[in-house]
Amino acid sequence: MSAAQRLRIKTLSVVLVMVVCANLGDLMLKRGMLQIGAVQISAPGIWHALLSTIHNGTIWLGILFLIGFTFCYMTAVSWADYSYVMPAGAFGYAIQTALAVMILHEAVTTQRWVGVVLIVTGVLLVGQTHPSTTQTKVVGS
Amino acid sequence: MIKVGLMLVFFICCSTGGEIAMTHGMKQVGEPERLRPMALLRFIGKAVANGWVWFAIPLLGASFYSLLILLSWAPLSVVIPASAFNYVVGTFGAKYLLKEQVSSKRWMGVVMVCVGVTLVLFTGKN
Repeated sequence: MSAAQRLRIKTLSVVLVMVVCANLGDLMLKRGMLQIGAVQISAPGIWHALLSTIHNGTIWLGILFLIGFTFCYMTAVSWADYSYVMPAGAFGYAIQTALAVMILHEAVTTQRWVGVVLIVTGVLLVGQTHPSTTQTKVVGS
Repeated sequence: MIKVGLMLVFFICCSTGGEIAMTHGMKQVGEPERLRPMALLRFIGKAVANGWVWFAIPLLGASFYSLLILLSWAPLSVVIPASAFNYVVGTFGAKYLLKEQVSSKRWMGVVMVCVGVTLVLFTGKN
């Protein structure tokens, strides 16, 4: 296996874990914010929202997943381009749709399928480019 | 509507600015030698000591809170297409600030992802 192929596989593996963490994190945040309700824009309103988020377990679970996402993201961009990692991460939307169909048996509109095809094609296009176009160094070397 | 628009601009600036600062910092830190505990600890230690990473954290924190506020104000069909626009803004940032070589193939991919994300999340959420 060539060095370029190894780099691509390594990058895409970290991006895959990143996507799973991001999706679960977003889901938990949305659930948590639904439990809290609409935020009022005023000093007491923002303070109340801040306290509510601190005391909400679902929000904390979401934050935990988002910490996992951040760690994977930081690791990936330490060697790969930002303009490579960022669009590749959008693959999560395609996975979400596939899961909605296979597990939740949701009806998916044509418009959404067109979106999924565009995302997958876009990620494939980005994935064909070289993951790193800038110089990288290794920690400890 | 104006407050939603202003908050969206704030969210995009913080989110893209934070991610670009984080990438710049992590490029200075360098990649972990191996994905093993000791190498990862050294990697985390160097990341924590990097000024750009610390510059990125409040920006990402602000983008996180502005997203939460946006989600409580507006439907996903408004918030998500706007956040998908991050892909285009971010690629401009990568090209001009991080000096990455963004080929036409990568640009095409980014635009397709941006439109695709908008279509996926625009459906049935109104």
